[in-house]
Amino acid sequence: MTFNLTPVLTASWGSDQSWTLGAYERTGGYQALRQALDMEPDALIQLVKDSGLRGRGGAGFPTGMKWGFIPQGDGKPHYLVVNADESEPGTCKDIPLLMANPHVLVEGVLISAYAIRANHAFIYVRGEVLHVIRRLLNAVEEAKVAGYVGNNVLGKGFDVDVTVHIGAGAYICGEETALLESLEGFRGQPRLRPPFPAVEGLYACPTVINNVETISSVPAIVRGGAQWFRSMGTEKSPGFKIFSLSGHVARPGQYEAPLGITLRELLDATGGMRGGHELKFWTPGGSSTPLFTAEHLDVPLDFEGPPQHGSMLGTTALQLFDETTCVVRAVKRWCEFYAHESCGKCTPCREGTFWYVQIYERLENGTATEEDITTLLDLSDNILGRAFCALGDGATSPVTSSIQFFRDEYVAHFEQGGCPFDPVASTVFAGANA
Amino acid sequence: MTADPRVPRQQASSADLPTVTLDPRLGPGAAAIDPLSDDAKQRVRELGAQVMARYPRSRSAMMPLLYLVQAEQGYVSPDGIKLVAEMLGLTTAEVAAVSTFYTMYKRRPCGDYAVGVCTNTLCAILGGDAIFEALKEHLGVGNNGTTADGKVTLEHIECNAACDYAPVMMVNWEFFDNQTVESAKELVDQLRAGNPPIPTRGAALRTHTETSRVLAGFADGAVGQGPSAGPASLAGVELAKDRNETAPAMGQEAGS
Repeated sequence: MTFNLTPVLTASWGSDQSWTLGAYERTGGYQALRQALDMEPDALIQLVKDSGLRGRGGAGFPTGMKWGFIPQGDGKPHYLVVNADESEPGTCKDIPLLMANPHVLVEGVLISAYAIRANHAFIYVRGEVLHVIRRLLNAVEEAKVAGYVGNNVLGKGFDVDVTVHIGAGAYICGEETALLESLEGFRGQPRLRPPFPAVEGLYACPTVINNVETISSVPAIVRGGAQWFRSMGTEKSPGFKIFSLSGHVARPGQYEAPLGITLRELLDATGGMRGGHELKFWTPGGSSTPLFTAEHLDVPLDFEGPPQHGSMLGTTALQLFDETTCVVRAVKRWCEFYAHESCGKCTPCREGTFWYVQIYERLENGTATEEDITTLLDLSDNILGRAFCALGDGATSPVTSSIQFFRDEYVAHFEQGGCPFDPVASTVFAGANA
Repeated sequence: MTADPRVPRQQASSADLPTVTLDPRLGPGAAAIDPLSDDAKQRVRELGAQVMARYPRSRSAMMPLLYLVQAEQGYVSPDGIKLVAEMLGLTTAEVAAVSTFYTMYKRRPCGDYAVGVCTNTLCAILGGDAIFEALKEHLGVGNNGTTADGKVTLEHIECNAACDYAPVMMVNWEFFDNQTVESAKELVDQLRAGNPPIPTRGAALRTHTETSRVLAGFADGAVGQGPSAGPASLAGVELAKDRNETAPAMGQEAGS
C-alpha cells in the first residue's frame, strides 16, 4: 500500500440525500463561503495560487494564475463560467459529483466569483444527464433560498447570480471558446485566440472558465489552507484528484487520490484487471490523450508524468482494455466520434477526421494496404497543431499512439483480410448467456 | 396535400435503414406544415420570458427556448424555429443554424422514449455494439428510427460520462447502467408495453416532451427520486473505508 485514498469531493457521496443543502451544511458546507467573504478578493486569488491548484479539465493550467489574468477596475462586468460539459470519452467524474454533491460546486462558484469580482456565474452542463440537471438546478435554488446566492450575500455586500445553462449534445462545447459561443446563443464553434477569455470572454467581457472539479476544490482549499492542499500530491501537481477507472477492470469506479499515484498502485488496490485477462492498452486521461500500454504502469499520474512518456494527464479518465480488444476497432470508433463531433469550422479537423474514418473502414473490411498506415500518419501530421482547437489535436492521439505501439495489429488487418479479433470476447457478458 | 410530419414513423422491414440526417421540409412555407397551437405559443412565450430573464443578453436564451418548443411538439419544428426567431428578434435562418448544430434538438417527431445506446469505444467494446445491433433487429428500426407505435426512437449515442457503468443506455437522458443484450430488449419491451422501468440512477421516466421542459431549466419536482450515487461512483469511498484511509485532517491555518 503506497498511497492513501483521499476522499474530499467524493467523501459524502454515499450518505443519504447527500445532494441536499441540509446534508451539505451538516458536513461543514458553506463555512468556506463565510470565511472567503471575510477575506479580500485578492487574498483569495493568492491563496489559490499558493495552493498550486491546477485545472482539472485536462490542461492543468494554474487556476490562481488564470484568475489573476482578469483585469481589475476595468469597469466591465466579469463572468465566471463553469465547464460542466463533461463529454471527453472515458471521463465520468464531474457527472457523479454533480449528482451526489452539487452544493460543493455551487459553494466553489460563489467563492470564485467573489475572488474575480464577478456578479454573474454560469454553469454550462451537458444536456444528456437529466437527473444531474435536476440536482444542480435544485442546489442553485436551495442556495438562493438560503441567501447564499442573490444580493448582499450573508450581509457582506456581495451580489451574485448563478445561472445553469443546459447544453444540447455537442462535444465541442467542452472547448472553452466554443462553450462561450454556445452560451451566447450561437453554434458551438471555437473562437480565435487571442483575445483570450480572461480579456474578452463571455459578451466580450473578462471571463474565467474552469472545470467542475477545479471549482469544487476551492471550498476545501479555503477551509484547509494552501499547505493542507499541498500535503497531498506532488510539488508541481498538488492536491487530490478523482481518478475514473473503467473498462476491463475488476472494480470500475471513481477513486479520489493524490495526484502522482500510478495505475499499478490503483490496480493493485482495486483488484486489477477482470479475472484471467491482462492489460493491453489504456488512456491516462480520455481518448484525446495518447494511448499507454502495460509498460507505462509506473508512470506517475500527475501533470508532469504522462508528458514525459508522450501522453497527457488529461481528465484522469483511465480507460483500460485487455488483450481481447482490437486496438484498430477501438481507434476506429474514436475516429468516428471525432468526425461526428468536429464542428466543421477548420479544414484540417473537418476533412482529416473524415479521412480517418474512411481509412479505418478499409482496415476493418480488409482492403487497406501498407500505404494506408503511411497516410494515417501523414494525415495526423497535417491535423496536429494545424487545427483551430484541441479537438483536432486530440483526434490524432489514439491514431498515432496506436500505430506506434501496435503497428503489427494494423498489418494483420490487411494480411488477414479483416479484423483478427472476436468482438464477443471483449464484452462484459462474454461467456454468459447474454 | 401537405406531408404529415409523423409519416417517418414506419415499421421497417430491414434493420439497416439509412440514417436520417436532413429534414427536407425546411424552406419557405415550412412553418405551415405542423403549426404550433395558439396555446402552445402562449406557453412558450410565458416560460420564455422567464428564460430570457436569466441572461444579460436575450440571445443567450436561444438553447432553452429551443427546448421549450421541443417540449410542445416533440421536436423543433419549422414553426417552432419561427417562434424562437420572433422572440429573439432574429431570422429563422439564424435560429435554424443553431438548432441543427446540436443533436438533442430533434428534427422530426421523436417517440415517447428516446432510447440511446452508447457506442463510443469503451461501451461499444464492452457490449454496446452488440446491444445496438440487437435492438435494431428487435425493434425493426435503424439509427434514429421510431417504432410504428410511436413509443421508441432508437439512436446510438456518444460517451455519456458513465464509463464505470458500461455498457450504458439512456432513456430520455436517464441512466440505465450495466446493460446486456437481454436487459436492453426487456427494457424496450417494457417501454412499448407502457411499463417504463425505473432508471438505475434517476427519476421515474417522463416522456420525451416532458423531459425537454426540464432541459429548458424548469424543475419538475422529481429531484428527490433515485440514489445520491450509484455503486461504481462509490467504489473509491468504499475502498477508503475498507482501508481506513481519509484525506489529511485540516489544521488551524485556514485562509492563510
